[in-house]
Amino acid sequence: MKLELTVNDTPHVAEIEPRTLLVHYLRDVLGLTGTKIGCDTSSCGTCTVLVDGESVKSCTVFAAQVNGAALTTIEGLAGDDGLNRVQQAFHDNHALQCGYCTAGMVMAAVSLLEEQPDPTEADVRGGLEGNLCRCTGYHNIVKAVLSCGRAAER
Amino acid sequence: MISAAFDYVSARSVDEAVSALTEHGDDAKLLAGGHSLIPLMKLRLASPSVLVDVGRLRDLSYVRDTGDEIAIGALTRYRDLEINDRLQADLPIVAHVAGLIGDPQVRHRGTIGGSLAHGDAASDMPAVVLALDGTLVARGPRGERTIPAAEFFCGFLETALAPDEMLTEIRLPKATGAGWSYQKFRRRALDWAIVGVAAVRNGRTGVALVNMGSTPIRASAVERALASGSSIADAARLAADGTEPPSDLNADPEYRRHLAEVLVRRALEEADGAVTAQR
Ligand SMILES: Cc1cc2nc3c(=O)[nH]c(=O)nc-3n(C[C@H](O)[C@H](O)[C@H](O)COP(=O)(O)OP(=O)(O)OC[C@H]3O[C@@H](n4cnc5c(N)ncnc54)[C@H](O)[C@@H]3O)c2cc1C
Ligand code: FES
Ligand code: FES
Repeated sequence: MKLELTVNDTPHVAEIEPRTLLVHYLRDVLGLTGTKIGCDTSSCGTCTVLVDGESVKSCTVFAAQVNGAALTTIEGLAGDDGLNRVQQAFHDNHALQCGYCTAGMVMAAVSLLEEQPDPTEADVRGGLEGNLCRCTGYHNIVKAVLSCGRAAER
Repeated sequence: MISAAFDYVSARSVDEAVSALTEHGDDAKLLAGGHSLIPLMKLRLASPSVLVDVGRLRDLSYVRDTGDEIAIGALTRYRDLEINDRLQADLPIVAHVAGLIGDPQVRHRGTIGGSLAHGDAASDMPAVVLALDGTLVARGPRGERTIPAAEFFCGFLETALAPDEMLTEIRLPKATGAGWSYQKFRRRALDWAIVGVAAVRNGRTGVALVNMGSTPIRASAVERALASGSSIADAARLAADGTEPPSDLNADPEYRRHLAEVLVRRALEEADGAVTAQR
């Protein structure tokens, strides 16, 4: 079938098998390997990308289901002026160790901040419950996301 | 994990979806959010040869006030239920429970209709719809019919829907100002309920159980006891009556029976408290 997607502001057209998972399309067809596959069972969140601005687990979505949508992956966050503010906050707060979960964490955090621009610590912990990190103990991840809230700017 | 190959049909209307189901029979399945079906397909526990995607039917995503009831479109996603003002006012239990399901990514995709049609005893929304005594609306090649929630869940992952029928709407009696509670017992944030209890005290008391059998079920013995004047503690002792709770990695049946009693008691106490607090 014919798939038309806009990924990180670039339109793509491809002929795919309907059973192609979104994560496989992004990694194997477009070569956007920033998005990781951790569990392949919708538990870990490393495969999180944004579909029309909202976080989804791309291992549990057929590419066909989002035909026509606008996607953002971790590769699409940084601009000419450098890292996106959530990426910068992860950097500043040492919110990663091995980094395997990081792309998914950052995408989930971007979606969370879109829905709740001024999250409390409980909001951040709840908002990231779909993302697992085996290294950091979450503390610095939560700190990084909180530092992007409005409260932190005041 | 990659699912078996299938033909993909993107339905542009309910009629188109129903005709595709009629044409392809048992080999076809509807695809809504895909958050129950895709995991099963990846494990090849389900291998439909045709998938009829109804995910683009945005006109089936709504929450409407119809007088005594709230009508919810089958394709409404959990996220949209969670933040819906009308639900927060007239059916707060639905908004609250929607926000407890899975994680944000799951709530961005999963739909209330998909959850009900899947009929998993471990799911949260079926118990809420049972406790509220809701009505389900289905469309098939012979037209539309309504099915009371109490008659909808027939067996393990089996519902009253025929293979060529689509669930289109869920009608729930308003519970404005009613006492309610949802108890979801789990070990970690994103887990499913080991046992869950939905309770609504709205003149009559509705109580339904999650993960206490092969289907979502009403705690009928508890409801009867309360109707005939039993105390909460006495009624809660009947929570596991007539249930056959499953055994899995999380819990054995005996532990689940114990949980059911404790959680039913907590739910009824909280539901009463909620009424008092609002007065
Ligand atoms: C990581 C994870 C965690 C989860 N945690 C929870 C949880 O805590 N609690 C919980 O309750 N659920 C949980 N779920 C399941 C989630 O709620 C599913 O989204 C929901 O059960 C199915 O909705 P769907 O729209 O994704 O349906 P789909 O997966 O698209 O469909 C499910 C089934 O219903 C059929 N169907 C779908 N829509 C219709 C319709 N309108 N008419 C007729 N048949 C239809 C399909 O053919 C299929 O057989 C979780 C899922 C995941 C992946
Ligand atoms: S790889 Fe998708 S959730 Fe783990
Ligand atoms: S930094 Fe290693 S898994 Fe999170």
